[in-house]
Parts: sequence; structure tokens; C-alpha cells
Amino acid sequence: MQYLEEEKSVNLTFSDELRQKMLGETINLCYQCGTCASSCPVAKITPSFNPREVIKLSLLGKRDEVISGEAIWLCCSCYNCDERCPQKVAISLAMYALRNIAFREGYIPNIYSEFASAISNDGRIVKVSKFIEKKRPTRGLPPLQPTGVDALRKILSATGFNKLQLKEEETS
Amino acid sequence: MTRYALFLGCTIPARQPNYELSARKALAKLGVKLVDLENMTCCAPPPVQSIDYETSFAIAAYNICLAEEADLDLITLCSGCFESLSVANVGLKASEKLKAKINRTLSRAGKEFLGSKEVKHYLQVLVEDVGIENLKQKVSKPLSSLKVAAFYGCHALRPSGSVRLDDPERPSILENLIEALGAESIEYRNKLKCCGGLLRGYSDEIALDLAREKLANTSKAGADCIATLCPFCFVALDIGQLQIRSKFNEVYNMPIIHYSELLSLALGVDPKELALETHKVKVDKIISKSL
Repeated sequence: MQYLEEEKSVNLTFSDELRQKMLGETINLCYQCGTCASSCPVAKITPSFNPREVIKLSLLGKRDEVISGEAIWLCCSCYNCDERCPQKVAISLAMYALRNIAFREGYIPNIYSEFASAISNDGRIVKVSKFIEKKRPTRGLPPLQPTGVDALRKILSATGFNKLQLKEEETS
Repeated sequence: MTRYALFLGCTIPARQPNYELSARKALAKLGVKLVDLENMTCCAPPPVQSIDYETSFAIAAYNICLAEEADLDLITLCSGCFESLSVANVGLKASEKLKAKINRTLSRAGKEFLGSKEVKHYLQVLVEDVGIENLKQKVSKPLSSLKVAAFYGCHALRPSGSVRLDDPERPSILENLIEALGAESIEYRNKLKCCGGLLRGYSDEIALDLAREKLANTSKAGADCIATLCPFCFVALDIGQLQIRSKFNEVYNMPIIHYSELLSLALGVDPKELALETHKVKVDKIISKSL
């Protein structure tokens, strides 16, 4: 019964959308063996994340459910599943692809909007404070070289990353 | 003398002078010259890959361009930087189409990725350029009687198609380098499992659960300390212990020490020069064993 229900509700548009991303192109090879889930350190401690389930829902076209849900952000990016997948599905990369789509649609966890702002403002995701920078010579460390934040901003503007951030500010 | 462009990243200069000092001092003693280049930026690790993967490739490629211009291979300390720079370097070298696309973006910043340089983890440099036998001879204060739990973290080993440090399921490079210092590398359960570091700030609860397992398993195996490679693993396990103490009322008192710090101590660097006060869990017992 479940199979029939799944077949009826399959929406291939979403897996096509994912396949077109440079990251989600392998997910159609998934045959749901569960090697990813059994290799996943997060799936072992919480029922909120199961990589096999995320891939299944994506293949079934459950776009909104996947994109707006918490699961895609619970992947710890350890790449165990990618290493072990017998079909060589790049599961962690598919998670990035799903997060990229979620980000564009305004589903943005706070910590990620902080990363996005930090990288455009300082050229670093973790800022080096003036205090720490001034302390370097007393510790015997060479002066910190200037960060290429101007070049970085040109790159962010060329890829549209800056617009992503604007969208995020509008949403919040 | 072997020269590399040092890719320092963000977290190390911002928060871990103990890592930077020990790496600089140890590598200098071993004849590896580090060149600090201007205009480097964030490497664009998984948090940036999660926002926009293509941007992360362009940022990583931009930084590799700086090393190409200086005609130097890159050396990384942080596993996050190692992963993101390697993934971009290997990925762009493998695909002309992707390279052309990223180069269109980079042209806006006046750069072009050529694919002429390598991204190396400092452990690779220790093994390939310095050599384990040579390293053993330079050890003046062997860490005998120290039981060390080697912890690779994730991104020094995976994705293995790009990072290529060692076998992702059965690595031995860190254990060999620990033993080269006269210490004992001990085995423990689930050694290759993630520390949860990248989930901090999104789900602290899951992150702490993963860190807690690592601390419990290494304690049970009788480790004197956990040797780390990555600043995120360091935070997850060092500061993590304070959080685990307040949340679960569990005290491990397990020193977390970067491999470069053990290396510096074994090479005879004065512990006072290593900013060891950075450690939340004190490392005094490690130092007393090395003196």
C-alpha cells in the first residue's frame, strides 16, 4: 500500500532540480539500502535525522517537507556516508544542495546567517578581534597579514551570495 | 629548505594561539619554512558550502590562486581549511568546465585558477618532507610513558577522493607520528567517529552527545590525553568538557592537545612559549611527563 501511495505522489521535478545542482547529481542512484544511516553518527543518537530518509523524501518530490524541515541541518558533515555508499551517492553533498535551496527560500538557521554576514563583513567566518591581533607580538607570533576582503566581496557579488544575504535580511 | 604558503584560516588566529605557536615553532625546528601571504580569506568550509556551494568553490579557488602567484604549495593546519581547499583544488583540476565557470567569477577579483599547486596537510609535510626517521632523531624530549588517543576528526580523512591524507577507514599516519615522539598511541572504541563540532551552534545537544562519547571512550581506554588535528575538534572536546560537566555532571578532566603541541614539546620547545593557558582543561600533567 505504501508503495502505491509513494508511486502516486512521486514528483520528479524536485529530484531533477537537485540533479542539476553540482551536488545532488548522484541521488537518483540511491536504492535505499541504509548504509548511510548505519554509518551516520547523528542518526545513532536522534530520530530527527536519517540520511536515507532525507534522500527518499527528496526522490519522492517532497520538496517543502525536506526544505523547511530541521533534518537537513542536522547532518554533521562527517562524510562517512559518502565514503561507504555502495552506489557512490554523494549524500553529504546532496545535504549541501538541499541547504543551498533552503537558504534561498529563506529557511535559514541563525548560526548560518551569522556565518554569511561574517564572511561578507570580515572575510572570515570567525573574526579575529583587535585585542587578539594586538596580542600577537607579545606571544611571539608574526603580524597577521591583511585579509583579502575586497576581492572576496567581488566574488560574493559575482556569485549572487550578497543577494542571498539581502534576502535573508528581508525575511528576518 | 622546504617552503610552503601557510593557510592559517580563521579559527586558529582568532582563538587558538596554542595551535599556531606550536605549529610554527615545530615546523621551523624541522626546517619547514612557512610564508604568510597577504590577502587570504576564509577557506569557505562546510558552513559556507551549506549556504552556497559554488561560492565556496570560488572562495577556495581564490585563495589557491594567491599561492599559485607566489609559486608555493599550500600547507594547512585546520582540517576544515584542508578539506575545503582540497575539494576545490581537486575538483577544479578534474573538470575544465567547472574551472572555466569558476574562473569567470574569479576574473572579477582579477584572479585565474591554474591548477598548478598542491594543498597539503601538515602531517603530510612531516612524513613526506621531513621524514619519520629524521623526525625521531630530532626528538630531544621523548614523551615516553604518555598514552595518547589519536583523533583524526573527519576532514583530515574525508572526503577521501579529495583530501587523500590516508586510508579513510584504517589510517595510521597520526599514530605513527605520535609514536615517533616516544609516546604510546592507544586504541579506543569508535576512534574515527565525528566529534560533533560542526553541529555546535545549531544543535548543541547532539554536538555534546558526540563529544561526550569520545571522552568516555578515550577515558575508558586509559588515555592521558587526546591528540587533535582540527581547531573545531579541539573546541568540541576541550570547551565541550566544561559544558558536559555543567549539563551532565560528568567530569572527564581529559587534556585535549593538538598534535603540533606534542611535537613542539618533544622537540624541546619551552612550554612557556606555547600559550598553553589557552586550554580549558589543563595540560600540566602532559608537560610534567615531557620534562
